[in-house]
Amino acid sequence: MTRTELQSFLTSKVEGLEFGEETTQYLTVTVPREKLRDFMFLLKDTEELAFDYMFSLTAVDWFPKYLGVVYHLESTKYRHILVVHVNTGNREDDISVDTVSDIYPTAHFHEREAYDLMGIVFEGHSDLRRLFLTDDWVGHPLRKDYVDEANMIVK
Amino acid sequence: MYDFSKMTGAIHEWLSSLMPSILVTTIEWVLIGVVFLALFAILGLVLVILERKIAGFFQFRLGPNRVGPYGMFQTVADTVKLLLKELVSTNKVDKFLYNVAPFFVIIAPLMIMAVIPYGFGLTAYDINVGLLFVMAVSSIGVVGILLAGWSSNNKYSLIGAMRSGAVIISYELSMGLSALLAIVLLAGSLNLNDIVMSQQAGWWLFRGHIPAIIAFVIYIITGTAETNRVPFDLTEAESELGAGYHAEYSGIKFAFFFLSEFVNMFIISALAVTIFLGGWLPFHIPGWEGFNNSMNYIPGPVWFFLKTGVIIFLLMWFRWTFPRLRIDQILTLEWKYLLPISLLNLVLMAFVVMMGWVF
Amino acid sequence: MTTTDVNTNLKTQEYLINMGPQHPAAHGVLRLILTVDGEIIHKVDPDLGYIHRSIEKMCERDTYKQIVHLTDRLDYLSSHINNEAVCLAVENALGIEVPDRVKYIRTIMAELTRLASHQLWWGVMGMDIGALTAFMYAFRDREMINDIMEETVGARLTMNYNIPGGLMFDIHPGFQKKVKDFIKHFRKALPEYNTLLSDNIIFKKRLQGIGYISKEDAIAYGVSGPSARGSGISCDVRKIHPYSAYDKVEFNEILIEGGDSYDRYMVRMKEMEESMNIIDQLIDNIPEGDFQVKTPALIKLPKGEYYQKVETARGELGVFIISDGKKSPYRFKFRSPGFSNLSILDKISRGHKIADLVAIMSSLDFVIPDIDR
Repeated sequence: MTRTELQSFLTSKVEGLEFGEETTQYLTVTVPREKLRDFMFLLKDTEELAFDYMFSLTAVDWFPKYLGVVYHLESTKYRHILVVHVNTGNREDDISVDTVSDIYPTAHFHEREAYDLMGIVFEGHSDLRRLFLTDDWVGHPLRKDYVDEANMIVK
Repeated sequence: MYDFSKMTGAIHEWLSSLMPSILVTTIEWVLIGVVFLALFAILGLVLVILERKIAGFFQFRLGPNRVGPYGMFQTVADTVKLLLKELVSTNKVDKFLYNVAPFFVIIAPLMIMAVIPYGFGLTAYDINVGLLFVMAVSSIGVVGILLAGWSSNNKYSLIGAMRSGAVIISYELSMGLSALLAIVLLAGSLNLNDIVMSQQAGWWLFRGHIPAIIAFVIYIITGTAETNRVPFDLTEAESELGAGYHAEYSGIKFAFFFLSEFVNMFIISALAVTIFLGGWLPFHIPGWEGFNNSMNYIPGPVWFFLKTGVIIFLLMWFRWTFPRLRIDQILTLEWKYLLPISLLNLVLMAFVVMMGWVF
Repeated sequence: MTTTDVNTNLKTQEYLINMGPQHPAAHGVLRLILTVDGEIIHKVDPDLGYIHRSIEKMCERDTYKQIVHLTDRLDYLSSHINNEAVCLAVENALGIEVPDRVKYIRTIMAELTRLASHQLWWGVMGMDIGALTAFMYAFRDREMINDIMEETVGARLTMNYNIPGGLMFDIHPGFQKKVKDFIKHFRKALPEYNTLLSDNIIFKKRLQGIGYISKEDAIAYGVSGPSARGSGISCDVRKIHPYSAYDKVEFNEILIEGGDSYDRYMVRMKEMEESMNIIDQLIDNIPEGDFQVKTPALIKLPKGEYYQKVETARGELGVFIISDGKKSPYRFKFRSPGFSNLSILDKISRGHKIADLVAIMSSLDFVIPDIDR
């Protein structure tokens, strides 16, 4: 599907989607947090979409408002690419997003990484532990307000 | 053919004329002990440098080339290093078993070396059940490996030791029961000297034709497994277990394991030579009288070590060419293929001997 | 005789083995916590971070030109391709069209890097399976590539040859001849590789049927590169989303349907031939022209999100930049092939033996700094 077809198809299926600007490299869509899992199931299981390959999962700190997750999805059948954004609530205390690791098993590791370095809590993840850092580490280094005076050189 | 028993007999008589018999026996024991320990050490040094040079040859490298001419004294330097090294051991090892294990490993090959005929009349301990003795004593080595792995308090060592136990115990079956017994059927004796002497008309490998060749191939395979060398080196398995059963040993204790591997390789080769390739007997081609006579001038021990060297080179060739087998593949190979084949081969050999189809 | 009286309910106890962080088969500091029963693996739990250098965090501090040099240290065997990924992302974001000469040289260099990486992998694979000589064969040939790199780039492993807007220097005058000499030599050497390992019965038995990845699993777990193509999935970024000069050359995407370790091995072996074909097509046709275009001293990307995929020797490397218009990126993410490939390790190695785990890890071709970033 081309970009515009994809956009109109998705608009007709799900309400409340926010699409990114026309100039972005790939079609970008922001999904409300509570609709994420339904939306992902739709992307994967719909015959015309067949987004079966999640090639990237990125956690972003939209300082100072909220944390976000960016999913890059591709269809190995049709070769179209979709970028899905989802945002958490308040950055301080409402930082959970539903897991997609049962839909895309590759997200299992990526979500653990995102939890470790950005502190996003993935609800329903089967094994949400720190992946890189030690279990007793305090804080999440990729956050914009993370301070480590001993190990960080700040310009 | 020079009879070395004349020489040893002369020494014995000379000593007897000087002192009482009990002292003579003691001195002779010490002498033999010193000679064999020296042989043991020299074999270790030579085989290690040989292995490294051959490895270099197979891998487009030079091998050791810094210490002495062509790096010939590299192993001497290594030995000095190993002797001077601190003996480090992990916490909570079983001290007694941990320390005793290297001796088990080193004693077994030393005992086997006593019964091998190096030349005519040149055997330290000439017993009529030589082959049986070899099979019995060679099993002691595996006890050492098991103890080393067990007492090291290291899971990798333990896995390596258990693998070694499984492999050696199963391969000893094929080796002893079948490959060697097949030749015993031909020679009619378990005495290693008699087996050598029975090959004066021709080596058993050629005279025994088909069953002997099968037995030889099986013997080389099982021999490689017995010495834990590639492709059966899964007890050490560098890439899987680090160093396997001797991971926690250092200094001279590690050197014992290292040395025993090489001396074991020598013993496997020496046995192959004794049993299949005519031991210290010179190389003869039927009908070529002049050639045969000139071959007779080369002394027996030279022939023995030359032939052993060829088999050792073969084993080293394996090592630097083959990948490693997995434990279940090794056991499958033994129990499902080698053992049935060698048992059938034994029956075939018995039939051949019964019908007199030996050249 | 009946077999019913054999007691099959023997109780055995599981135990834990720490494989790594210092382990010869991990090729780096990868720690796997294995739950094993005897030698049979029940669970593999990777514990990462022993060589994590927070490159993503460092990127948020540095300028785009500086970031290129950090990427060498991701997957050090594909350092040239990593550099290229960042450069392409920045160039695309700025709308810079680099000269054809740059594209050609980048492609040749990338393929040489791929060859060198596959050679090293082949040698190490042999070593992991226990054939020590393979390593020396591989290094003999890899040395020639390193010499070529050294002459043109000045470095043997961490290239730093690409900069946003082109290349750091022009190629060395003897570059083309040396590359052709190498190709000529390696066409003869590659059959040797096959004689030594690929056709060896022990080697085949060790790999065939081990670590099976089904097509569905490979896609679901995000496996990419030769590891996925061994399961028959077309995922070569060079074909699907061509970059540099890949749209100008003819080459086959190697696909093998089997999905076990031996198929992954064969994909890489055949890929080496394809890499040589690509270089053959380009080496005599490098167009004349500039080797870089002028870029501002301090690159500032327009606000937005940029993603660039490239095919490294290990699979699909993604560079994801979120820019807020400043001199440093707001968020810089590397989607490394090793990280996703590692996620399937637990699934495919269950029920195999410890020795098989080593073979599987080799066949997935991990480079630990690539996983840890």
